[in-house]
Amino acid sequence: MNGMKLLRCFCLLMLFCAALPARAALNIEISGAGEHQTPIAIIPFAGEEKLTQSISGIVSADLVRSGLFKLVDPAGKAPHEPREVVYADWVGTDALAIGSVEEQPNGRITVKFRLLDAVRQTELTGQAVSAKSDQIRAVAHRVADLIFEKLTGDAGVFGTRIVYVNRQGKNNRLVVADSDGYGEQVVLSINEPIMSPAWSPDGTHLAYVTFEPGHAAVYVQSLLTNQRMVVANFRGSNSAPAWSPDGQQLAIVLTRDGGSHIYLVKPDGSDLRRLTFGGTIDTEPCFSPDGQSLIFASDRGGSVQVYRMPVDGGPAERLTFEGKNNFSPRYSRDGKSFVFSQWNNGRFYIATEDFQSKQMQILTEGGWEKKPSFSPNGKLILFATESQGRGILATVSSDGRVKQKMSTQAGDIRDPMWGPFLKQ
Amino acid sequence: MKKLLISILLVNLLAACASQKPKEVVSEAPSKPTAETSSGATQMAEPAAPTTPRVAMDPLSDPNSILARRSVYFPFDVSAVQDVDKPIVEAHAKYLSEHAERKVRVEGNCDERGSDEYNLALGQRRADSVKKMLEVGGTRDSQVEAVSFGEAKSRAKGHDEGSWAQNRRADFIYIYK
Repeated sequence: MNGMKLLRCFCLLMLFCAALPARAALNIEISGAGEHQTPIAIIPFAGEEKLTQSISGIVSADLVRSGLFKLVDPAGKAPHEPREVVYADWVGTDALAIGSVEEQPNGRITVKFRLLDAVRQTELTGQAVSAKSDQIRAVAHRVADLIFEKLTGDAGVFGTRIVYVNRQGKNNRLVVADSDGYGEQVVLSINEPIMSPAWSPDGTHLAYVTFEPGHAAVYVQSLLTNQRMVVANFRGSNSAPAWSPDGQQLAIVLTRDGGSHIYLVKPDGSDLRRLTFGGTIDTEPCFSPDGQSLIFASDRGGSVQVYRMPVDGGPAERLTFEGKNNFSPRYSRDGKSFVFSQWNNGRFYIATEDFQSKQMQILTEGGWEKKPSFSPNGKLILFATESQGRGILATVSSDGRVKQKMSTQAGDIRDPMWGPFLKQ
Repeated sequence: MKKLLISILLVNLLAACASQKPKEVVSEAPSKPTAETSSGATQMAEPAAPTTPRVAMDPLSDPNSILARRSVYFPFDVSAVQDVDKPIVEAHAKYLSEHAERKVRVEGNCDERGSDEYNLALGQRRADSVKKMLEVGGTRDSQVEAVSFGEAKSRAKGHDEGSWAQNRRADFIYIYK
């Protein structure tokens, strides 16, 4: 049991979570399915009827949303311990999740669950997850992550967060929310545009751009203290912040010296160093996971294409050769590919390209699809798009099969970025 | 929850303090002696009710002057000032060169057919190109601020050339301090 590690994880989670509303701020629709959908039954946990939210319900919703699972209705069967399971009842089901919830006297809850292989009739894993009693959703997401990892081999992202901008009329709000749309937390609310929010690698800070000084300027804000710092407010436009993997510096784009070029700077605005030169537009830099390279969008060759250069300066290598223009590149977490937005045939498409094979794959049907970013397990891509004239968010799985649309009650949402795994 | 609300309040206060938008009080008459007046009337130093009507014909207030044209437009992905708009930019350059106390902000905008960040850069390139032309016409660097909004403050919202053409634009915003 790794109880201590989990307890530390939840202490961090508590710092990020405001009081959680019972209703999601985002409405989610799923379409498509994975190549294989594992049939799984999530049996309501013993004791969960005493809680304000159903843990097994949240776990079920998480697994269904991934597109990789098909829920089997328990139809009244309610085993809570392995010895209560009658395997003959579960023909056609691959896995069973059973468990119990205990409210501790100190105001915490402990969820004990087991994941059983219904075919081999063995236990795949058994864990205990604990947190403060107002962190029910976080506990449920952790259970879903553990089940997901055991059955797919990939880390789950149900406990991760996303950032986006919600615009209603003149008002713009920078919002952090759980990846299922709950737990919305307004980080900034102003009557000027906000763009390009970027998570720091440890999830404690956001860098972003606003037009508060009358032009685009870059800020960094702590999610723990809400303290803001100006990173860059030179003449012209200051924009496109991207964090280095060690969180020690930002790549930004400035126009103060003519053209739009990439600079490196510390998050407090000091130690500015210029990386690209010439009269063209270089923008949307993104660090590689090893911190050694930057990919970026540039029109130095005429059309806008994705290039890669060493982080300490040097010649850039062109990476994209298809479509009319290619924008907004972001590295995958393993550094082997990148996702980007391609303008072609009068539409934007989300596409990925492998560095080694140079193979490009278009993942979407095309529309106003912009600003893609990978989930921290590299299996999903979050991006901004439009539906019925309103800005919404969407995800697509890295194989293109499973899609989600995420819309808000009022206004447009745009400029999303998927946050990191929380440090454990 | 209360702590979060207080934090948000504080952040909004910070944001309000950080805002440096210059006040645009368009109705204020110029007070410097160098202001052009068609009838040779003296400067209007006080906004007190005048005994005789003063017509301070600042060309900027004349709706029939070419200076009333405050926007220039661009083809797709182009930042060079178009021939049809050159007289407008040249007129503003001349005015600014003759009124050293005047300041203007050139705001560049784009249509939506690029990423937000690329559009911010393209809008900046448009604003910079207009500024350069103003300087060639005698405007001082200190009189012009070139900024970009990219597609963030687009005027027309349709996914069609009619809207796009309106958004591919640089505006002259005179600043009255």
